[in-house]
Amino acid sequence: MASNDRVDFKNPVINWIDERLPLFSLMHKEYAAFPTPRNFNYWWNFGAIATVMLIVMIATGIFLAMYYTPSTDRAFTSVERIMRDVNWGWMIRYIHMNGASMFFIAVYIHIFRGVYYGSYKRPRELLWILGVIILLLMMATAFMGYVLPWGQMSFWGATVITNLFSAIPVIGNAIVTWLWGGFAVDNPTLNRFYALHYLLPFVIVGVVVLHVSALHISGSNNPLGIDPKTPKDTVPFHPYYTAKDGFGLTLFFLFYAFVVFYAPNALGDPDNYIVANPMATPQHIVPEWYFLPFYAILRTFTVDIHIPFTHIVLISSKLGGVILMFSAILMLLLMPWLDRSPVRSAVFRPIYKLLFWVLVIDCCVLGYLGGKPPEGAYVIVGQIATALYFMFFLIALPFLPKIEKTRPLPKSISEAVLNKN
Amino acid sequence: MASSSESDSSRRDFLYLTAGAMGAVGVACAAYPLVQSMNPAADTLALSTTEVDVSQLKEGQSMTVMWQGKPVFIRRRTQQEIDEARATPMNDLKDPQSDQDRVKQSAFNGTQMPQWLIMVGVCTHLGCIPLGQKPTDPHGNYDGWFCPCHGSQYDSSGRIRQGPAPKNLAVPPYQFTDAGHIKIG
Repeated sequence: MASNDRVDFKNPVINWIDERLPLFSLMHKEYAAFPTPRNFNYWWNFGAIATVMLIVMIATGIFLAMYYTPSTDRAFTSVERIMRDVNWGWMIRYIHMNGASMFFIAVYIHIFRGVYYGSYKRPRELLWILGVIILLLMMATAFMGYVLPWGQMSFWGATVITNLFSAIPVIGNAIVTWLWGGFAVDNPTLNRFYALHYLLPFVIVGVVVLHVSALHISGSNNPLGIDPKTPKDTVPFHPYYTAKDGFGLTLFFLFYAFVVFYAPNALGDPDNYIVANPMATPQHIVPEWYFLPFYAILRTFTVDIHIPFTHIVLISSKLGGVILMFSAILMLLLMPWLDRSPVRSAVFRPIYKLLFWVLVIDCCVLGYLGGKPPEGAYVIVGQIATALYFMFFLIALPFLPKIEKTRPLPKSISEAVLNKN
Repeated sequence: MASSSESDSSRRDFLYLTAGAMGAVGVACAAYPLVQSMNPAADTLALSTTEVDVSQLKEGQSMTVMWQGKPVFIRRRTQQEIDEARATPMNDLKDPQSDQDRVKQSAFNGTQMPQWLIMVGVCTHLGCIPLGQKPTDPHGNYDGWFCPCHGSQYDSSGRIRQGPAPKNLAVPPYQFTDAGHIKIG
């Protein structure tokens, strides 16, 4: 099967290898000749950008690992040594540290692009699910990476997040002890987080391979959300999209480099430059910006739910918050089945388009609230914003198609593109 | 023939199922030590007791010691704090427990010493350390401890009175080895 798809290469060495292991043919088929819808806009750059960010994170991380010491009495100073004494250590660390933020920026834009253009719909459901798994793995990896410098936010962030599992009835406390390897976040915790922080990126690489493989079965979605019908609707991936992705990547890297060299600590918390102190909690424990919307959802649950007329607590506010937070991600997994509209792209769905922007603003509001102390008006606005978030998925997606009048779809991609000019 | 091939297929199904079940048992057996290795190691468990000298502590003073990597609050309470705690009706409590129950381990030679309140200084919400050990700290509305993270308030018996925490501050196992020394754990 593979041999039939082989390309004849002029270079005899490449040809010799390709006859025995058709890697070059594979690359040619999937990345050069691959027919891609001709109407991508720049929002389609972020998959490639995210892939490059993953490579940057692994590459810089390996060099940091050569100097980092995962023990509670050496971790903080070993990071400071990287910053001060190791050749180029400051730059490698700032690239890695801000790279996490850039990776999340790219992935969040990539996800919102999928939501806007209906990329999660049939036949791309599994492709979408693999993407959500990548997001979950990224969150776990980023969380554990943030613990490694062993600053105050590292320690207390780890304490608060691992304590979420204690909300699980009956076995919660045993799970937390198991996660810690002790009775508090301590040396065993730091060691295992380091081991997992090194492992998980390679797991992500594996899931990315599956994600891209699934993409190359269904083919890419496009801004019109209609399938390519004739060769006129597509262009080969190379040189058209290698060039477009390269241009977008360059702009993204300019922004990234600006942050690394001119504002390397703008996205971080200054408290993390104080060494971890298990005896003193910082005034405000705030996660990194990319977790803030989820953190806000976690804190919206403020009352216990009782069995009626008794004092027996059915769902404590703590457990309720944890359930809500994980449900927020579960909503993404369920999207392919929640959305009943046969039309993919928001371009042809006027009400959906509006609600999409409400969701974007709502997520920004949640992000803002996640960084504020949970008191007064912040709590109430947080509850409204959380309700809106879930309403988008549980009410708008399934029921909107019943009332929404979609605009007519063009006959083909090429027709729509040519009529535009 | 049909009947023999049917019995063949059911024999084969049976072999698949038993082989699969044995495989699953094997995987579980192999996974057990790996999963178990992540639980606290022997030396971590060995650190589970701590001896503290509290003879210098005066009435109304507190001290914080480390036990199992966690802070333990030791407070020598004033009579007013004890009276407040004991006057609180059970109905006002989210996690009902009497003050007598919380300090019943504070005894030496059969004498109860309710002035000694000893508890793990970890908020039962999400693990922050409540303020209230120093006289200048905020003590909340109930003359006890106040957690700065999410605003939980504990009373002079360390019981949750207000805020998101579900439970009272935990009382560790401890005993007085003499009137001025405590063994925690």
